[in-house]
Amino acid sequence: MSNQPSVTRGTLVIDVDACKGCELCIDACPPRVLEMTTHELNSRGYRYPVLFDGCTGCRACSQICPDFVFQVYKYETPMVREPSEE
Amino acid sequence: MPAPDDRPVIDTSAPPEVPVRLVDDFTPDLIDVGAHHLCPGCGEPIAMRSIMEVLAEQGLMQRSLAVFGIGCYTAFSNNLDCEVLQALHGRAPSLATGAKRARPELVTVTVQGDGDMVNEGLQEVLHAAARGEAITCVLLNNGVFGETGGHMTATTTLGQRTKNTLEGRSSAEHGHPIQAASLVAGLDGAAYVARGAVNNAGNVAKTKRMVERAIEVQLAGAGFSFVEILTMCPTGWFIETVDAPDYLADTIGAVHVGGVLKDTLADA
Repeated sequence: MSNQPSVTRGTLVIDVDACKGCELCIDACPPRVLEMTTHELNSRGYRYPVLFDGCTGCRACSQICPDFVFQVYKYETPMVREPSEE
Repeated sequence: MPAPDDRPVIDTSAPPEVPVRLVDDFTPDLIDVGAHHLCPGCGEPIAMRSIMEVLAEQGLMQRSLAVFGIGCYTAFSNNLDCEVLQALHGRAPSLATGAKRARPELVTVTVQGDGDMVNEGLQEVLHAAARGEAITCVLLNNGVFGETGGHMTATTTLGQRTKNTLEGRSSAEHGHPIQAASLVAGLDGAAYVARGAVNNAGNVAKTKRMVERAIEVQLAGAGFSFVEILTMCPTGWFIETVDAPDYLADTIGAVHVGGVLKDTLADA
């Protein structure tokens, strides 16, 4: 895998319990940093998205989400995470 | 690029503590409550968000009136922080006409589905367009009567499977689909006609610009404006929510082709 440091320009607050598990955000995310949980369910019994490093704060997820689950922030200074040593 | 599974999950339970800028809130200003009872993967709240964002961004919240037809989206009218008038099936453009003539300062937007507008009240929207009423009509087109179980509407495309066209819509048995936006564009009173979709983030952004333009045309008093928005209905289509965006593009989107059909303000 890549040894490049990962740059994260944005982040989200996810209202997990509002999610109905439609997964539209997963394909909508250009950097592909959202993934659905596999076993964890929210209070309504749906799987929900979790966020990994690399968010750009582009708002694609919040604009496509039918249930208004996302709040999108952009960092004033992008976060850089060095690759962990194997 | 897919990352390995040992990536750390980011904490998304609360806003970050370092300096950040909020770029998109859960719900835009004019949507009071985000929670609704529409199905998972429904395209209608996405379309409603675009419309409400335009009204909020243009500072029209105090003078906007939404006129709702009858369909799943009607339930969503309770979530909106703007005046809402409830019409009978198909009659929203006529109510909007009355409201706009009585209160010309209002920004009047109708919201109807394909069953409501094209099946049950097509003459209302056509006459409003022909009269060149300064209102904006939005058609949320998913090709089925979602609220009552997913059967065929007048916009269902040939070959599309619905609850009462199990072998797919056939022209011999069920007739041909009506392309509402194209029909409206043919009328001289229509100043702006466009067709968008909400099946991916790019199309959502394009659709929002169409709504923006339609409101601009209404404010300029240039005539009737119309935006058709293709929306997903995975429940009514009997498919998985993740497959709905591509299904929309391949079936409905292939016949009801997106784009700006008419913009007399730009042509003038």
